[in-house]
Amino acid sequence: MKEKILKGCWVQIHNVILAVGERAPQVPEDTKATPLQMWVKGFLQEDAFLGDRVKISTVTDRIVEGKLVAVNPAYQVDFGEPQPELLTIGRELRKLLEVV
Amino acid sequence: MKDNSYLAVMGRKNEIMKKAVGIDYSLFESGNIAFDYERMLAETGYKLDEVRKIQRETGVGNTPLLELKNFTALARLISVPGKGARIFVKDEACNPSGSFKARRAAVSAYHAKKAGYKGIMAATSGNYGAAVASQAAMKNLKSIIVQEVFDSSGIGQPEILEKGRVCEAYGAEVLQLTVGPELFYTFLLMLEETGYFNASLYTPFSILGIETLGYELAEQVDELTGKKPDAVVVTHAGGGNVTGTARGLQKAGCQTTKVIGASVDLAGLHMASEHDFNKKSFTTGHTGFGIPFASFPDRADVPRNAARPLRYLDRYVTVTQGEVFYVTEMLAQLEGLERGPAGNTSLAAAFALAQEMDEDQIIVIQETEYTGAGKHPSPQLTFAKKNGIEVRRGDPIENVPGKNIVIPEKPEQIRVKEIDLDHTRASYIRNSVKQSGLSFITAQDIEFLAVDTKKDDNFVRQVLEQLAVNTK
Repeated sequence: MKEKILKGCWVQIHNVILAVGERAPQVPEDTKATPLQMWVKGFLQEDAFLGDRVKISTVTDRIVEGKLVAVNPAYQVDFGEPQPELLTIGRELRKLLEVV
Repeated sequence: MKDNSYLAVMGRKNEIMKKAVGIDYSLFESGNIAFDYERMLAETGYKLDEVRKIQRETGVGNTPLLELKNFTALARLISVPGKGARIFVKDEACNPSGSFKARRAAVSAYHAKKAGYKGIMAATSGNYGAAVASQAAMKNLKSIIVQEVFDSSGIGQPEILEKGRVCEAYGAEVLQLTVGPELFYTFLLMLEETGYFNASLYTPFSILGIETLGYELAEQVDELTGKKPDAVVVTHAGGGNVTGTARGLQKAGCQTTKVIGASVDLAGLHMASEHDFNKKSFTTGHTGFGIPFASFPDRADVPRNAARPLRYLDRYVTVTQGEVFYVTEMLAQLEGLERGPAGNTSLAAAFALAQEMDEDQIIVIQETEYTGAGKHPSPQLTFAKKNGIEVRRGDPIENVPGKNIVIPEKPEQIRVKEIDLDHTRASYIRNSVKQSGLSFITAQDIEFLAVDTKKDDNFVRQVLEQLAVNTK
């Protein structure tokens, strides 16, 4: 069963800003074939379920409407994997400098 | 009800901008190609002393100038005897929001507050967002940052995702969009809705904010060496960094210092293409901005761009993505400075350029930027590999943007590629004539174009002749 998301939760909503067919004339064809989409975060105004059309209050106190897509959305960034192509550079360079 | 279709909103652009930046650009127009650039900066902006004071109030500027002794030693080791200039770097990562962009945002935020705006906005996927959010926080202004982040399947560059996170950390609202120039449409709608100040990268406020960088740099080089810098290398994208730094150098009396722009070569990748968007590992400081903004500065969000790089550039070079990742690793390992890759574009170029210069000369890299999760070689290369980019050691000469990232095997393989500035200047003149829609060009226009391209009247006349433009 779908879990109810409570009013006041930090959530993310999604909107289509320009549908395919509404995009600017100068946009390349591959981009034109996709809609212009936007995501914004804020505090949920009323209890709702994922996928519902909801209102949020953003940190600048704007009320924005959109489709509820995430609750407490996590930051996706990390330091990735160590890169073999970079790992030996320090040692190589220090070796060169040893002769100075 | 207001018509909020794309074309209707774009049609209201000038009206919206006038309200959002508070500058009546028509005051500086002559009805021709020419406009009064210096008067625009003088009358709308702030004097250098005022800017220094404004920046001091929010802890911006006065960043250290560090000598990269191991870089210099390495450059001398691989160059011909007698060559290898002393290499210095201005550690702009020490600014409150981690980059030189705090200088630009400081003046905009100060001005917005003074003019009574309740908040400020910026359209940026770069460090400028953090700078605006941070300065807004200090000034009790609200802030909204509009970012181009994702491809249509919601996949985003780690570098941009981190910049979004940091904006939120400083209390900004972040609007995250998919690829496309219509970001500007959303931005205009938001300006209309909120009545906030547009902290554009291209207003006089933004450019004058960077003059202090060039000025401080000259003071610090003098203090450390008793000399003026022979060359200053500036990472070039929208043109503000070049323009502001060069103006600051001139104000500090560095008339003979060469100003060299450097961008990451992303030739062949279309900046508005959904397909190409995640094929690049650098989201700023690249040729995708550097060349169009040099050859047509007034493509910006304001009618007259205060960032006019061709006015100040003595030379413009490119480096590859792989070379920049390599020097980023070099900077951490040899100098103990872990800094963000994009800000090291000019560092890669400077390492190569130092080898052309004499040992007693001085070359300065005028910025670094903060690093962190996402905004770092490891996550950026991890992301590149996931997107089918081949990453390998080799000679960067084999670099193909969007296909591979070639990390040099040895420091000798870091080289700069020259951009023919006269070609860019000719494009700029062509674009100016085309944009003006004028059937003939006045002497005043020719004089303006000469100054705006750092050339003489003859050069401009020759280009106009090739274009078959009437120069009555």
